[in-house]
Order: sequence, then structure tokens, then C-alpha cells
Amino acid sequence: MDWLASNWRTVLDLAVSHLYLAGVPLVVGLVLSVPLGWTAKRWSRTYFAIITSAGLLYTIPSLALFVVMPLIVGTKILDPLNVVIAMSVYTVALLARTVADGLTAVPDHVEQAATAMGYKGLRRLFGVELPLAVPVVAAGLRVAAVSNVSIVSVASIVGISQLGDLLVDGYNRVIWGELVTGILATVLLALVLDALIVAGAKVLTPWTRAAGGRA
Amino acid sequence: MIASLLSWFTDAETWAGESGIGNRLLEHLWYTLATMVVAMVLAVPAGLWVGHTGHARWLVTVANSLRAVPTLGLLLAASLWLRTLPGDLAYVVPSIAVLALLAIPPVLAGTYGGIEAVDPAARDAAYGVGMRGRQVLWQVEVPNALPLILSGVRSAVLQVVATATIAAIVGLGGLGRFIIDGLALSDYAQAGGGALLVAVLALALEGLLALVQRRLVSPGLSGRPVGGSRKDDEDAPREEPGESTVDLRTPA
Repeated sequence: MDWLASNWRTVLDLAVSHLYLAGVPLVVGLVLSVPLGWTAKRWSRTYFAIITSAGLLYTIPSLALFVVMPLIVGTKILDPLNVVIAMSVYTVALLARTVADGLTAVPDHVEQAATAMGYKGLRRLFGVELPLAVPVVAAGLRVAAVSNVSIVSVASIVGISQLGDLLVDGYNRVIWGELVTGILATVLLALVLDALIVAGAKVLTPWTRAAGGRA
Repeated sequence: MIASLLSWFTDAETWAGESGIGNRLLEHLWYTLATMVVAMVLAVPAGLWVGHTGHARWLVTVANSLRAVPTLGLLLAASLWLRTLPGDLAYVVPSIAVLALLAIPPVLAGTYGGIEAVDPAARDAAYGVGMRGRQVLWQVEVPNALPLILSGVRSAVLQVVATATIAAIVGLGGLGRFIIDGLALSDYAQAGGGALLVAVLALALEGLLALVQRRLVSPGLSGRPVGGSRKDDEDAPREEPGESTVDLRTPA
């Protein structure tokens, strides 16, 4: 507690970087997953290929991906972009499948009704199918958010600053207060992101609260 | 960069001795195996028990909430706490303990979820033909739950391989040493080479476990065709065509 009282500004700064490094990839990953998931649903032959390669990407350990990333994209080893790209890769790996499954779960008669009302192509995707897939996609996004926040702390090992710095520094200098603050702040950040996603999904799916009302 | 990586990989020094790739790879596999044994001895029986009896579901919830705790934090806290242990134990014990702690939730969730998801009709039928609780568990529930149990084990293994890499920061051996030491010495060829090795190891293990899963899961579940040569295997005697006298299908 003493440690936190005299260092809260640092903790706050690191939390902001942490939020950036974990949050931006969530958005990027979601945006990339929509076309991928849609392709996987539309052409069932691509489903297997997309899901398998996503699974393999998720298999690569984070520390390895952080270190190899500069080799692949040509950045410097200390560039935070490495972490943002690596985390986006993980997010896409998790979400491509979720989006595909969420879109596939939209009932046929709904799609037919939408088509009959004149919804076509992209308008049907964004106006009908994606909104109905929100609960499934949000569940996947929650898993991605919690795992992103936890994985980002590893980036301290490659020299990218965020809450993980408190863990490494607390360990190296044997400052328990710093180490414990680092753990608690990371968990808290994960919970906040999780709550935001739950709230967002609720706003986007007003019909789930109207259950029991007029059908 | 590519050139320096190549020269790192082709340097005889890289492969030889205690800090060579061969030995580091063996260490990595050894930690993974030891951890998985510990984790499975604890998580599989617990998962079977929770799934079979429906008691103590909170165990699964507690294990799952562990996932939100940052791996790195857990690892560093355990090592700091146990740093006074003598010699190698100071980093081996906390590392293996934390790795096992991380491997438990997926194995537990897979085992419990697998048992719970068994078709209730199959379970009732087993009791109906006179099987006892233990027989139902081992002859009906476990074979049916095997795909989920094994996926739990697979994600646990990958998690352990990844985290064992990070554990090099507290002094553990394994392939993570190349990354940590390479970064500390600004020797990016070594760090990059280590990272590639870890990635390849993870992909290879994933492929291997996928194969094992295919072999172990009963063909009745996976839909995998059974060749004639496997007829007198340990598999339960299969129904011969024409043997069935009752047609369960309703006429269309």
C-alpha cells in the first residue's frame, strides 16, 4: 500500500500504455475478423483453412512472437508496434472462428426474411446478420480481452513498457508492494475491459432485454 | 538479420553442450512433461468426480478465475517467495508449481465439461443395462468425454510450453534461455533463433497431440472409418450389419 501511495502516477501511466497495447489489437482484430469470419461462413470450403490457420497462429508462444515480429514486419525490436501487431494476430486467431460461428448461427428463416425485405450483400451482413451475432462475438471478445491483458505483460521482457514493468522491477528489486500492485492492476484492467464489452453488447442487443414483452 | 540468424543456427557452438539447442530442447520437454503429470494427476480425477457426481462445481469456477491473473506476475511472485530454496530448487520448484497451476484450469474444464456433456440417454441406458456408477464412468462417460478431455490437455500443453519459455527469466533452463540471454546480450540472432525454435516446438507438439487425439478417440464418436484389420482390436464388438432386428427409425 505504501508503495502504491508514492507511485500511483507511474502505475496510472503504465496502465494507460497497457490499455493501449491490449485494447487497440482488440479493435483491429475485430475489424479483421469480420471479413474472415464472413468468408468462412459464405464458402464452407474456406472454413476449415481459416479456422486451422487461426488455431496454429494462436499456438505460437507470445514471447516468441514478440521477438520474431521485427523479422517479419521489419520494425525495430523496441517498437511497441511489434506488440500491437502480435496481439492483433492473437485476437484475429480467436475471433475469426467466433465470428464465423456467430454468423452461421443466424437462423435461415431470418436471413430469408431479410432477403425478402430487400436486404442484400453488405447491407444484410451489417444490418441483420452481424447484429444478431453480437452475443456470440461479444463472448469471444471477452475471452480475447482477458487473455490480451494477461499476455501484454510479457512484453516487458522485450522492453516494451506497461504494467508488466511493475512485475519485473518488483521481482528484480524484491519490492513486494510493486509486484503485487502489478498483478492487481492487471487483473483490474482485465475486469474493466470485460465489463465494458458486456455493457457494449447489451447496448447493441436491445431485443434480448425485451424478452417476455410483445413478441 | 536473416544472415545472422542463419549463422547462429549453423554455428556448431549453438548446438553443443549444456547450453546447446539439443539440451535446451530436452529441458523444455522435460519441464512440460513433469508439469503435465502433476497437473493431470490433480485435475483429471477432480474433473471426473465433479462431472460424474455434480458436486463441488465451484472448483471449476475457482480454477477458471485463475486465468485472469497474469502468468508473468504469478511466476515472478512464486519465485520471489521461494527464492531461499537451496540451489536449482529455487527456480525449478516455483516454475513447475506455477506451470502446473496454469495447466490445471483447461484440463479440469475439459474433463468436467466432457463428462457433463455426455448424452444423458447414453448414461441412462448404461444404468438401464445394469452398470454401476464406476462402470458407467469408465466405460461410458470417459470414452464419450475423451475428445473434450484431450482438447483440455492440448491447450494446457501449449500454455505450459509458452510459459516455460517465459520462466527463463527466473533462471529456468529450456529454449527460453536463448531468448532471455539473447535479449540481455543484445544478441538478436540468438533471441530470434530461440523464438523460432519455441514456435516450431509448439506447432510440432500441437500436431503430435492432434494425431494422438485421433488415435485415442473411439471411431464411434469421431466417425473415423474402422479398417477390417482392426476388427479384433480391444474395441468393443461392433454390431454386424443385419444383426439388428429392431428398426429404430420412424417411417418417413
